[in-house]
Amino acid sequence: MIRLERRPTPSRVWAAASPLVAVALTMVAGGLMFAALGKDPFEAIRTIFWDPVFGEFAWYFRGQLLVKAAPLILIAVGLAMGFRAGIWNIGAEGQYIVGAICGAAAGLAFYPSESWLIFPLMVIAGALGGFLWAMIPALLKLRFGTNEILVSLMLVYVAENLLASAAVNWLRNPDAVGFPGSRNLGRWEAASNPELIAGTGAHWGVVAAVIAVIFAQIMMTRHLMGFQIRLAGAAPRAARFGGVNTARLVIFCLGLSGMLAGLAGLFEVAGPAGQISIDFASGYGFTAIIVAFLGRLNPLGIVAAGLLMALTYVGGEAAAANLGLPGAAISAFQGMLLFFLLAVDVLSNFRVRVGRGVVA
Amino acid sequence: MKLTTLLAGAMALGLSTPVLADAHDPVKVGFIYVGPIGDGGWTYQHDQGRLAVEAEYGDKVETVFQESVPEGADAERAITQMALGGADIIFTTSFGYGEATNAVAAKFPDVKFEHATGFMREYPNVSTYDARFYEGRAVTGTLAGYLTETNKIGYIGSFPIPEVIQGINASYLHAKKINPDVEMVVTWAYTWFDPAKEADAARAMIDQGVDVILQHTDSTAPQAAAQEANENGGRVFTFGQASDMAQFKPSPRVASIIDDWAPYYIERVGAVIDGTWEQQASWGGMPEGEVVIGEITDAVPAEAKAAAEEMIAAITAGEYHPFTGPINKQDGTPWLADGEVADDGTLAGMDFYVEGISGDIPN
Repeated sequence: MIRLERRPTPSRVWAAASPLVAVALTMVAGGLMFAALGKDPFEAIRTIFWDPVFGEFAWYFRGQLLVKAAPLILIAVGLAMGFRAGIWNIGAEGQYIVGAICGAAAGLAFYPSESWLIFPLMVIAGALGGFLWAMIPALLKLRFGTNEILVSLMLVYVAENLLASAAVNWLRNPDAVGFPGSRNLGRWEAASNPELIAGTGAHWGVVAAVIAVIFAQIMMTRHLMGFQIRLAGAAPRAARFGGVNTARLVIFCLGLSGMLAGLAGLFEVAGPAGQISIDFASGYGFTAIIVAFLGRLNPLGIVAAGLLMALTYVGGEAAAANLGLPGAAISAFQGMLLFFLLAVDVLSNFRVRVGRGVVA
Repeated sequence: MKLTTLLAGAMALGLSTPVLADAHDPVKVGFIYVGPIGDGGWTYQHDQGRLAVEAEYGDKVETVFQESVPEGADAERAITQMALGGADIIFTTSFGYGEATNAVAAKFPDVKFEHATGFMREYPNVSTYDARFYEGRAVTGTLAGYLTETNKIGYIGSFPIPEVIQGINASYLHAKKINPDVEMVVTWAYTWFDPAKEADAARAMIDQGVDVILQHTDSTAPQAAAQEANENGGRVFTFGQASDMAQFKPSPRVASIIDDWAPYYIERVGAVIDGTWEQQASWGGMPEGEVVIGEITDAVPAEAKAAAEEMIAAITAGEYHPFTGPINKQDGTPWLADGEVADDGTLAGMDFYVEGISGDIPN
């Protein structure tokens, strides 16, 4: 008989090793699935994990990894701080959308001006939009004791409807004969978020993600706020007795994660997406939750997790297009990664014992 | 800067070699799909076109496709990936890929791009193609005029764009020719494919007394909603959209407008094989075999079926244009004089209802 025995303290070795084990298990199980679909499993795995980084067209795909990873990392870093403190912002997708709408609207209000002030203004509007959208669950929680998980999640659907009305109505490109979608910001120099160094994929969102990671790492390890966040998460009662202001913590964690999500939305709408459209929301806000946990809620871990997640997207698309794999197989493959991570995570908190043990 | 670097990279890797450099290499044909092939509508029909290309040219072609590519930031990467993968011609099969298609076309001047239902041709290697769906609408509008007893026909619009407005106008004009009292009820779904929204729109119209539903969205949900109403004693008819939707035969689905892309895809891939491909804006219809009316079932009166078949024959032979005057605009101002035929430019930018349709086009 196999039993699980709780470890007195979580295993540091397993906590660090479990993402790697999960990736390895995903490759094995995914390979079996691809083989069952009649494709060469080694070729499929190579197409997903190797080719985008080292293959013939890596010069293009490496940049695309940054494009895909930057919003995930930017959002996940903010979310991780809240998660460490036990404050659960599940609605980053909504803050991402509202940030994009506010940023794009602030810019488009001055179309077709070529002033250099427009892009900075959009950045501020995007951050503010995400921040204010996150303040709704924060203030409701503080004033009425509502659950921030439910409120922030429900606000995603409100944000999606705002997005649809912006795309077909008040931000619609007046020159587009009825077609939904705003003007293309990428074609308007003053408002665009271009590639900063040609061929690298790096746009201002990548820069912002790097700054956010450094800032978060320093705050979590060296700053009093970081200590309070960790304390509130590990021992909420002790934190309260120790003089941690819970209300301030809720405002800080939700506000910061909302702001970063809003920024991610703004950089996306002004850069890779180019315009507010009905399909603008691409699920980054939800995927970032996975990235935050995959990265162990640690800023540096999140960088690695964001890049890995981006790799499964970019490589997965390549496999879908070049090997004729159905789109659903790629989604299943990504799902396996999370499944195995959660499964292997059990090993950091529990020890596997074989044989009969004493029931505690 | 970005463009030149990418170009240099592409050339260094030998991607810019002409299509016919090696006659033994199969021509690689790529397709970007907006939905899953299994949607039974829009994407399914494009994939049928892809299979027809394979059947026609055999070893001379190799086809690749990618399903469910979102019409946002990811589209450009998906198209670039296909071009890097050595595709010689890429069909991007949804309106929302317009910007991305042109952006990628700039970086790959030797790859041909064909963008469905769009209007942007910013580089010489980009063509656009569309089908005259309004020709099919004229036929289904005629049938609707015969079928309606409540004198209310409904139209589930996707987006207020010219293609959809052409469809609404063509349906209404031809229903009215048969039944002068007919009234057109338009509901905007703001989606091409969302079964829940489409079903809601259909049910709301049925509640208002609409008994013939025409749809410009791709799911079978309105058909199912009509079937449900009929099982509860209703009398509602529908038409298949994009594909035949034959599972709802013989009623509520009494006919369908099928998009047949095979002739166009075979012609354009053939042009790449021969080296004769040139930029164009194609707008084929019934004469080219791109718009096909699916089986008209016996649920419609014989007289109606005969009238519909006569119209199909006339449009296919080029003898009849669905927008032939006299037609006034909604506000009563004359649009087409007696016997005058609408020009393609006006149709492609159509942003007005014809006289008799109430309500405004959302703006």
